[in-house]
Amino acid sequence: MNVRGVERGVRGARLAAGAAPALGAAAWILAVLAAGCTGNAREHNDRGGAGPAPVGSGTAPGAPADLHLVSDVSRGEWRMAAGDYGNLRYSTLDTINTSNAKDLHVVTTFSTGIPHGHEGQPLVLDNTMYVVTPYPNNLIAVDLTKPGGAIKFVYEPHPDPRSVGIACCDVVNRGATFADGKIIFSLLDATVVAVDAERGTEVWRSKVGDINIGETFTAAPLVVKDKVIVGNSGGELGVRGYVAALDVKTGKILWKAYNTGPDADVKIGATFKPFYAKDQGKDLGVSTWQGEQWKLGGSTVWGWISYDPETNLFFYGTGNPGVWNPDLRPGDNKWSCAIMARDADTGELRWAYQATAHDMWDYDEIMENLLVDMQYGGRARKLLIHPGRTGFVYVFDRASGELLSAETFEPTNWASKYDLKTGRPQEDPTKHTQYGKVTQGICPSSTGAKDVIPSAFSPRTGLLYIPAHNTCMDYEGIDANYIAGTPYLGADVKMYPGPGGYQGELVGWDVAHNKKAWGVQDPKFPVYSGVLATGGDVVFYGTMDGWFKAIDARTGTELWKFHCASGIVGNPITYLGPDGKQYVAIYSGIGGWMGAVAFPDISADDPYAALGVVGAMKEIKKYSAAGSTVYVFGL
Amino acid sequence: MSSVCRSIGAIAVAAAAVVWTGLEAGITVAGASGQPSSVAQPTSAAPPSSGADAGVLRVCSDPNNMPFSNDRQQGFENRIADLVARELGRHVEYFWAPQRRGFVRNTLRARQCDVMMGVPARYELARPTRPYYRSSYVFVSRRDRHLDIRSLDDPRLRRVQIGIQIVGSDYANPPAAQALAARKIVGNVHGYTVFGDYSQPDPQRAVVDAVATGEVDVAVVWGPLGGYYAARAAVPMAIAPVTPQQDGPALPFAFDISMAVRKDDAALHDALDAAIARRAADIRRILRAFDVPLLQRSDT
Repeated sequence: MNVRGVERGVRGARLAAGAAPALGAAAWILAVLAAGCTGNAREHNDRGGAGPAPVGSGTAPGAPADLHLVSDVSRGEWRMAAGDYGNLRYSTLDTINTSNAKDLHVVTTFSTGIPHGHEGQPLVLDNTMYVVTPYPNNLIAVDLTKPGGAIKFVYEPHPDPRSVGIACCDVVNRGATFADGKIIFSLLDATVVAVDAERGTEVWRSKVGDINIGETFTAAPLVVKDKVIVGNSGGELGVRGYVAALDVKTGKILWKAYNTGPDADVKIGATFKPFYAKDQGKDLGVSTWQGEQWKLGGSTVWGWISYDPETNLFFYGTGNPGVWNPDLRPGDNKWSCAIMARDADTGELRWAYQATAHDMWDYDEIMENLLVDMQYGGRARKLLIHPGRTGFVYVFDRASGELLSAETFEPTNWASKYDLKTGRPQEDPTKHTQYGKVTQGICPSSTGAKDVIPSAFSPRTGLLYIPAHNTCMDYEGIDANYIAGTPYLGADVKMYPGPGGYQGELVGWDVAHNKKAWGVQDPKFPVYSGVLATGGDVVFYGTMDGWFKAIDARTGTELWKFHCASGIVGNPITYLGPDGKQYVAIYSGIGGWMGAVAFPDISADDPYAALGVVGAMKEIKKYSAAGSTVYVFGL
Repeated sequence: MSSVCRSIGAIAVAAAAVVWTGLEAGITVAGASGQPSSVAQPTSAAPPSSGADAGVLRVCSDPNNMPFSNDRQQGFENRIADLVARELGRHVEYFWAPQRRGFVRNTLRARQCDVMMGVPARYELARPTRPYYRSSYVFVSRRDRHLDIRSLDDPRLRRVQIGIQIVGSDYANPPAAQALAARKIVGNVHGYTVFGDYSQPDPQRAVVDAVATGEVDVAVVWGPLGGYYAARAAVPMAIAPVTPQQDGPALPFAFDISMAVRKDDAALHDALDAAIARRAADIRRILRAFDVPLLQRSDT
């Protein structure tokens, strides 16, 4: 089967059918597995590369039995943030393979002009690349048919500048999505815009949240059928988290589903069937808080949304409970730090699972939820895979919400394991935090064993590729600070590298066997770049000190690397150029929560600065300064 | 890329009467002590002109933060800034920005302005002057309730409804939040964000209004806010400083407040110190006019 033929077929069908999947599931699987058969996947052994040898002796299990993808994966274009509804960040393209990846080189670069954290990724469709910059959230369209890529248009939305003073952790944007002829993305000032993909004109602009009460938007929307689904950010400012659905034609708000509060607000009705008793009951979004604390309860949605067309459910994780100190908010604080499954038409909650009740470590669970059907535990299952901030990889049955497995992928001591019968973690009380009390050596730190930066999954190797951190933290003392004329006191959170002599790791995780196959360790920095897996069995990711790497998807062996101008906190994508060749694109622009330490005005001398991450990140200034470059690589 | 660059300029120019801050590069910089920024920052593109001309005192100030300041210059910090500037033979120019995370970085350190009018006297992000007042968190209640709660250990605090201001997660909160939690007083505590609704004037007023309307019985509020809004409430209010003033080793309820300049700006620091000393009586008069509860400063 010819990959490009499939690509054209899919594209043509999709134009006719809108966003609905156009090929039958069987065809997708054939295409996925066939793509890459021409690659020399097993010829990597004679070339080691100069990079670090992967740690661990595990092997890739290979294509899982009973494999079924929930939706079409990327085959030449990149139309939504994760590339596909299942959030696999996998493309069937295989021209770049383990044999020729060493020949990759820069094809073109261009600057976005905004030297801030470049999280997220471009879109590519119809020979055009679309880049959303950090605030002020310009949309830059690049014509890929012109030599070096020429700017087709720049759309400047001019978000409310006050939003800059409200965003917690750099003024990032996590990307756009394409639907109905429009590029749709969020602005920092809690607005969503839709821009004509061809002309660059604004089609609609919808004010969904309110910066005056602390809301900002940083996440990428997802379009499901005729609805744009988007979540809010701002949990540190007393915002109440929600997802909203907008009409893709007009931007009109159709519904909002809150993550705290009464069942009516959370959109809990008769169809709500959480798997575990701990998550069952009436109005838990109220009763698991004191008084009316849920009104300022955080639990925002600043990560990724995935969608399963077969069950018509969309999935996302919620952030930490807001504003109240843990000591002041006894109770489980639902639905903070939870994984939520909602009906994509009505927003009704079908199941929910709270990963940590009564969070006291800032373990937001806004991470990606990867959807794949495969043989697991001896039978075909519909999986939802959630590599958590907590240090555990959670594997769920996504239809029922049953937790099938939770195993750690980085040093973790706040809990030893999860009880799969009750769904509860077995916590270590000595790692509980309390104001005024010193708690040392909590692993992982508040940035988690991974953060919002997304993983990838290869249906060919059966591996999940997790961009991981290994940092621990101490909670101690107090620190007088001042805001809005009011003195207040905060805990000092000091983060530092965890055990094992490394700070970051690209983990190859064997999903079927719930274990780490191997890891490529970074001694200096957390891996804070997203991951791309391809049909050529090449996995791409970047490092905070600016290396963009290609590794062997089966073994983790480094195949190639290139040093970019600035550290990488964005997510790689791959696409077919107008010439029919495969290209890989990545943002180079350090920033975000951990990366902001690279900025000159944040002191590396103070281990408590930048919400505590400086202690773990102080070396970064020696390796990377702010940047704003899009790199495109090819053979 | 020229169009992108144009947009950067446009953002800076778009700021007219109220110059909102530029960058939130991420993050609270508790105790940071870095060099002033010289990096090009997209939204603070106005050329940093450190010191400006000698006839000007450039003040970093929040445009909507009564009773401290607002862009109509009605706050006590506005009045004190005028007073001190006159003493130095200068006049005040403002750089307005919401006083939130990143305020110091985006205003003072970005050299958009040279002095902040109010910080705790042991503030580590800048160079504080000598304190010019000391205040305390206060209990605010309706006079007709005759509650007269003065201590965090008053047993009635377990029964009455208590309003407090709250800031964020990760244990960052005003001391009342911590002290009440430590006493397991939790279920009857109501939170009002310190940011309030910034689209309204007096965003911090809600917690005192809640006392007036009976939504809560007592509020524990930073003195300048509590004193000012209590005196201007719809019904007569009573205020009393919180005791103990120091709750255990970790929780102070009283703070000396200073002005602050950049760490390397010794000249302005010394000039302000001298001006504060010379005009102490006038400063006190202004604070009294705003009903700021004053304690004896710890340095006197």
